[in-house]
Order: sequence, then structure tokens, then C-alpha cells
Amino acid sequence: MTTTYLDYAATTPVDVRVLDAMQPYFATHFGNANSLYKTGRDAYHILEAARENIATAVGAARPSEIVFTSGGTEADNAAFVSTLRRIAPDGGHLVTTAYEHPAVLDMVKWLGKQGYDTSFVRPRPDGHIHADDLEAVMRDDTKIVSIMHSNNEIGTINDLKSLAPIARAHGALFHTDAVQSLGKVPLNVQDLDVDMASFSAHKVYGPKGVGALYLRRGISFDAMLKGGGQEGKKRSGTQNVAGAVGFAKAVEICLANMDSEAVRLSALRDHLTSRIINSLENTQATVLSDLRLPNIAPLLINGVEGESMLLQLDNQGFEVSTGSACSSGSLAASHVLLSIGVPQEIAHGSLRVSLGRFTQAEDVDRFVDALIPIVERLRAMSPVYERYFGKKGNG
Amino acid sequence: MRYSEKVMEHFNNPRNVGVIESADGTGEVGNITCGDIMKLTIDVDDNDIITDAKFQTLGCGAAIATSSIVTEMVKGKSIQNAATLTKQDVADELGGLPSAKMHCSILATDGLKLAIDDYLIKQGREPISGEIKSADPNFDPHAD
Repeated sequence: MTTTYLDYAATTPVDVRVLDAMQPYFATHFGNANSLYKTGRDAYHILEAARENIATAVGAARPSEIVFTSGGTEADNAAFVSTLRRIAPDGGHLVTTAYEHPAVLDMVKWLGKQGYDTSFVRPRPDGHIHADDLEAVMRDDTKIVSIMHSNNEIGTINDLKSLAPIARAHGALFHTDAVQSLGKVPLNVQDLDVDMASFSAHKVYGPKGVGALYLRRGISFDAMLKGGGQEGKKRSGTQNVAGAVGFAKAVEICLANMDSEAVRLSALRDHLTSRIINSLENTQATVLSDLRLPNIAPLLINGVEGESMLLQLDNQGFEVSTGSACSSGSLAASHVLLSIGVPQEIAHGSLRVSLGRFTQAEDVDRFVDALIPIVERLRAMSPVYERYFGKKGNG
Repeated sequence: MRYSEKVMEHFNNPRNVGVIESADGTGEVGNITCGDIMKLTIDVDDNDIITDAKFQTLGCGAAIATSSIVTEMVKGKSIQNAATLTKQDVADELGGLPSAKMHCSILATDGLKLAIDDYLIKQGREPISGEIKSADPNFDPHAD
């Protein structure tokens, strides 16, 4: 049985060209970038070249504004912990959104328990954070505003140009989790006027365990990891040179083909969505906004529980995600879907199909062909489908 | 979280799916807000032996697998014996359930108890386990 991977928003395979670029930096050019002799200097130069490439790719003014991390989660965590220790160690107000990735959401909730005041701006049902809603929660003592560039479950892209100035007007730092956007849509940290941005390599066909924090020059920052003072004293620990090289190569490849790939993937995404909606009653796209990532198709399949769909698709080799409670080990449905007003019972039937570099049109069609009978079978097995979602119920 | 082979086997090939026409006892439990609803219908003979059981379930892999195996476990049992089945008995029969999924086997045993009570009440006899809450037949997912 062939495996058809349709969960590129979860992670991506390392591109062979990325693997090739990384290969020399394990056994041959293995140096510690902080050693003074040639092997170390060579490692230093290749690390700095990678930093420069990523800085250019995201529009940073200088390479030193890129701090390599272990991934997006560390970058998100550091954006709060490392700045707050300097600018507001004794408390203050923090603002984020109700549909952030847990790397931000759980950090802010934890900081709330440490004594900070917190506000969680709800997205509107269109899947976006609106400037009015942000403005409404801002305070004079707001220290950090963190709003994701795009959402990992529903793919909506926030208009940061309308949001970052609100933080600035209140004297707060502005951070964005841009993990899902990098390499998929245009993104320039100076143009967006953000102070901090988080990135991850494994979402862009690079290796796992590597990410970066864009940290605008001049922002006071107390490293979470103490030690040898690497990364300009912002992140101690011997640098992952091969990882940084792979990250830079991965971003370079994404950007080289970004526009054509966005056109290709959004066409596949829309084809997939419309085929499902047209073939199966009581299904819909979770959001309809035009401002969306090209590769994520969020769907609501009413009257079916998501984990059952996921397991049956897996039996046939199709790999996707769901926002159902039952798939997560917790009993609450996806916080993202609930935040945009999707009712619990509908959120249980959510699917997130995310496409990528190696997805072909035939994969999408084979997926839909497999999904239709699975949904029909599960609905037929349900004691309540006709009652709740049958012709009369749905009006 | 990983399911045992037997859970997956029952999930992939559920036994006794459906509804018994004019069943002797019917139980429906669960809550669509939580995403799990199970309906169990049973036939019972004059000696209180369960002769047939069929289920319909909306829910995750564990909910479907526990429903399926319960229909197998109760056939041929007396209603008095069947009513003593615990969530642990059901989970054990499936080779274990992930801890987050143990509530799914409660769904199956609750559905069974309700079906047995329904049978007893129709016969004018005392129910065995009266406190199980039935699924709300008036719940409207389109309200609000």
C-alpha cells in the first residue's frame, strides 16, 4: 500500500537537496563554530553564511538579528521569557490570541500564573484577528503582543500591518509566530514592522530540531539557556551547524519557487475542498477567507467523529489531521475551531488536509475518492446522523 | 496514544452493527457535544438470556471498538450477568485501552445497562441500574 502524506502543516520531509547541503557538516566539517583554529573557523563561516541567508530571506536588517534555536517552540518561549526578564520582571500585561499554537498559548497561560495579567484576543468567525478587537484589550502597561502570522489549523493569515502599530502605540513589543507562513507566502519582518518572529526548519523541508528567532536589534534580552554565550549571548549551546545549513538551504529552495508553488497548491486545495463539498452532504470549508495559506484545506464533516475518519484513512494510506477531541487525548475539541465559533459537536468532525511540495493532483483525487465511502460508512453507523443532520434537520 | 491490535480489529471490522427491529430493549447513551453516542438494541428470551445485540455508534475508534465487543460479550449471557459487566471487563477483553479512552468503555456498559433496564421496564419488572442517563433525544446541534 502506498502512503499518501497530506499533513505538511505537521511536518515535512527533508528535501534531498537540503540533505545534500547538510551532509558535509557532520563527519567532514564537524568543527565547533567557536573554536579558533581552522576547523572551527570553517564551521563559523558556514554558520554565519546560513544566518545571513535566513536574515535576507525574512527581511531582517542584519544577520545578527537571527538567533538560531532548537525550533519554533523555543523561539516562541524565548520571545516572552527572555524579554520579560529585562523589560518587566515584576509583572505587566501580555496580549496574545485565543488560537495561537500551544508554544505561545501555554507560555502566556503559565506567565499568567506567575503574576502577569493576560488577555486572549478572539479571532472573528472569518478566522482573522481584527484591529478593533486588539485595540479593545490594550493597556498602558501592555508589554508584549503576540499574534501568529498564520494559523496552523485553519490557515488564515493575519494582517500584521494593521496590528503591529497598535502594539507600538502602546509601547509594547510585537512578536509573531510565523512558523506556518515562512516559505509559503511573502514575509518581511521589516515591512511588517515586528520586533520578534519565530521560525522553524522542519515545516519548510528542513531538519527537525532547528529554528530561529528574529530579534530586532536593540531589544533587551536575557538568554533562557546560560552557558558559553553563543549566538551573541542570546542562546548558549554549541551551534547546530549542519542544522543551520539545512535550514538556510530549505528556505532558499522555498523562496525560489514560492509564487508558482502557491498558485499550484492553492488550486489543489480548492479542488480538494470543492470536490468534498460537492460529493458529500453536510460538509463545508471551515473558513472562506481569501487571506489564507495556499496549502491548508480545513474541513468540517458533520456527523462523523474525526478520529474515526483519521484511522480509516490511515488504513488506506492517507495521513491527515483532525481537531477532534478524541484524537488529542484531551476531551476538548480544537481550541482553534472553538475560538472561531465552531460548535463542539461540529468541531469533532473536523479534518485538516495540508498539501506540500510532493503532493500531486492525483493524490488529492485519490484522497477524496477514499474519504467519501469512509464518511458514508461512518454516518451509516451513527445512531443520530439522520436525526441531527438528515434532510429535515439541516433545513 | 496507541490502540491495541484487538481494538483496531474491532474498529475496522465492527460486529453486529445495526438496529434490531422491535427490539426487546433499547439503550442510547452519550452526548453529541462530547462526540460520542451509542445506541444498543437487545433481544431477550423467556429465560432472561440475551439472544441478540446490535449497536450503532458515533464516536472515535475506541467508542466503536468497545460497542462492537460488548455486543459479542453479552450474547448468550443472562441479563443479570450482563448487567455486572464493568468498563474494565470491556477494556480487558480488548487487550486494554489508552487511559484517555477509558470513558469510551463506560459508554458501552452504560448503553448495555440502559437496554437491559428498558427491557425490564417493558416487562413491568424492576430496573437493575436506574441511574444511567439517557442521551437527550431533543438535543439540536443546529440551535444557537
